[in-house]
Amino acid sequence: MLLRLVPDNTHIKFMWLRKFSFPLSILLVIASLAGFFTVGMNYGIDFKGGTIIEIKTDGPADIGAIRSELSALNLGDVQVQEFGASDDILIRVEEQPGGELAQQSVVQRVRTIFADDNVDFRRVEVVGPRVSGELAQAGAIAVGAALFAILIYIWFRFEWQFAVGAILTTANDVVITVGLFVLLQLDFSLSSIAAVLTIIGYSLNDTVVVYDRIRENLRKYKKRPLADILDQSINETLSRTTMTSVTTLLALIALYVFGGEVIQSFTLAMIFGIVIGTYSSIFLAAPLLILLNLRPDALSRNDGDDEKEAKANATV
Amino acid sequence: MLHFARWKIVLIVLVVAAGILTTLPNFFTAKQLESWPDFLPKNQMVLGLDLQGGAYLLYEVDQKKYIEDRFKALEGEIRDVLRENPRIGYTGLDARPESAQVRIRDLTRLDEARERLSPLVNPLVSSLFGGQPVDEFDLSVDDNGLVRFTYSEAGLDNRLQSIVQQSIEVIRKRVDELGTTEPNIQRQGTDRILVEAPGEGDPERLKDLIGETAKLTFHLVDRNMTGEQALQSRPPVGTSVFMSVDDPPIPYLLQTKPLLGGEDLVDAQVAFGQNTNEPVVTFRFNQSGAREFARVTTENVNFPFAILLDDEVISAPVIREPILGGSGQISGNFTVEGANDLAILLRAGALPAQLTVIEERSIGPGLGADSIEAGKLASIIAGAAVIVFMILAYGRFGVIADLALATNIFLIFGALTVLQATLTLPGIAGIVLTIGMAVDANVLIFERIREESRAGRSVISAIDAGYSRALGTILDANITTLIAAVILFQLGSGPVRGFAVTLAIGIFTTVFSAFTFSRLLVALWIRRRRPSALPI
Repeated sequence: MLLRLVPDNTHIKFMWLRKFSFPLSILLVIASLAGFFTVGMNYGIDFKGGTIIEIKTDGPADIGAIRSELSALNLGDVQVQEFGASDDILIRVEEQPGGELAQQSVVQRVRTIFADDNVDFRRVEVVGPRVSGELAQAGAIAVGAALFAILIYIWFRFEWQFAVGAILTTANDVVITVGLFVLLQLDFSLSSIAAVLTIIGYSLNDTVVVYDRIRENLRKYKKRPLADILDQSINETLSRTTMTSVTTLLALIALYVFGGEVIQSFTLAMIFGIVIGTYSSIFLAAPLLILLNLRPDALSRNDGDDEKEAKANATV
Repeated sequence: MLHFARWKIVLIVLVVAAGILTTLPNFFTAKQLESWPDFLPKNQMVLGLDLQGGAYLLYEVDQKKYIEDRFKALEGEIRDVLRENPRIGYTGLDARPESAQVRIRDLTRLDEARERLSPLVNPLVSSLFGGQPVDEFDLSVDDNGLVRFTYSEAGLDNRLQSIVQQSIEVIRKRVDELGTTEPNIQRQGTDRILVEAPGEGDPERLKDLIGETAKLTFHLVDRNMTGEQALQSRPPVGTSVFMSVDDPPIPYLLQTKPLLGGEDLVDAQVAFGQNTNEPVVTFRFNQSGAREFARVTTENVNFPFAILLDDEVISAPVIREPILGGSGQISGNFTVEGANDLAILLRAGALPAQLTVIEERSIGPGLGADSIEAGKLASIIAGAAVIVFMILAYGRFGVIADLALATNIFLIFGALTVLQATLTLPGIAGIVLTIGMAVDANVLIFERIREESRAGRSVISAIDAGYSRALGTILDANITTLIAAVILFQLGSGPVRGFAVTLAIGIFTTVFSAFTFSRLLVALWIRRRRPSALPI
């Protein structure tokens, strides 16, 4: 007997559940935004400027001693923490006033502390004030432009309601993921942007799959009420949605547990993003179409094209 | 959907074989690959600095300082021009951060002054503006006799371009001399230079070598007063105080204008002093430099002079006799490494402007190796989990999905190897997303087949319909993601780009392996077994 996560022929009333899912999402989004604007993200040096130094000491490190020696250097806010192992130490130094050259002297001064010890400098990253601003801007522009292009594509392939619905769903996922970064004060760096991008990609994929089925059913059942069609579409794709999510989560959990310290915050964000993305493609993406006033006959005029498409597919 | 022409089968198998063949070299060491026959591909994947360790240094031309220096030099040229006979009276000659300016006293001679000063706008030959010469400076003259030179926009762009060009050449020469790494040096934007040195875990020496402008100048020592006296009072016109590199620094009063510059040096080597046996740097001028050096030393026998590196005195010998052969030596208190570095700097020449590090990332080789090890283990466990889960859920079809997934991974790595695209940590994230989508494509197909079968279709008809109906969805989902990847590649910087590249490659390989290749496997299975019941 093969494994089934969801029984065949479910009839869950997802449209009715929007009474709960909409308020829940709105609440989470508002909380995330509030957290973002009040507490703020724990930006890494990529966006804030500053210095990260990772060292490997000979035997377990005395963090207290390192901390007090570093504070004698007057470098402002300095954080010292263990990084995965007791002989692996991560030192973060905030951006120094005095432009690009001032950042460079930080590394030299930290090196003087460890000059006598047998210490391996495993990683040194220095981001000056000019670059950090640009990196943040370029990242935001790239993500924004990508979302916009997707909006246009889905609009062409479906109807504008689908495009808006997909973007709202994706935005919901991104904002709540940002909320997680705020809540856990995870280090937000350039690779976190890659995590957010992955979440966007996954969430969009999920949403498009559900929308595809909705479009198909809208063409099939022209007379039935929209809510029925939406419910049926989600129920039909439910098995696939959970299968894919569980498989991806399995892989990500393995990466989180065994992947080492460097990618841990990255995979944590992705795990969270997959859960949110799955939730939103089931509970938000489809009900949003009702909110956006999609009409059940919106797709009828495309029927002619579809037949051609079907014929073309048949010959592949 | 399930019928494949023979040539299609051959083509599909060839693509899969090519993927496996191009990925294979990555499993072997470079040494093992040497013994491979020539017709096999030997390229290995390029790993990013975050994975293999290395130094990433982003430099920016210090525009402000360069402009200031140019205006200071221009100030001197303006003075020289106005003092030529017939002399034009002026006042308020000044080099400012934004301009160099002077006020002509006699307004009736303003036109004459303008005519004499106008060559100083320094027309530059440019490749940028269709070969049209552009002026480096804009010259403006107002009715009150104020003459101002400011940078023209085109002029500054042109200067920056050639500065970056020259700097790249100088840096390359210097780093090549070091001989330990093969760095990638390239222009970035208008005024930036990126230096990437794979395998260089500790870039301090590299930074020392690149950060030095290495402008070598020879100055006469002014003997009207000592350096200390000049520091107390004001140095006489035409002289300045320069500090030495000693600790504590010693002030020298020198003529501001150098006798000679380092542009004419052709060679510099480390040698050992005859009496002291300490390391010294010997240098040799080209013909015109040697002639000038001979003239200067002949005129100044028994006078002390100073050798300056980046406006710091590194040596201040007395000229014992005219030096006619065009070579000389610098003896400071050098270590062997210090002398060696100085020789490298002199051979490679001076940077045309000061460069500042604005971003630095160096990953020790140990950390890179650890990341790869952890990544490998995690990927194997993650892969095993997915494989087992797919078989549990879809049985025989799960095996087919797993084969398609393995093919997909080979194709991605094969494509990355052939394109010599750089694999970074964010790039691996792109692959993870791709694999998620590949699994998803097969899940979509299999769930659809189950659905069609429940709706009463026969085995073959259900499989056929499953594939053809899922195709639209798979394409929509993948094209949406591809659009995102393309835009991210266009607009994103380093890590975002790395992500976009593997994602874009992965989308093509996913559609091929999860749709076409898995369909072929299913078709072959049906042809052999002629199943009467659906195994999923």
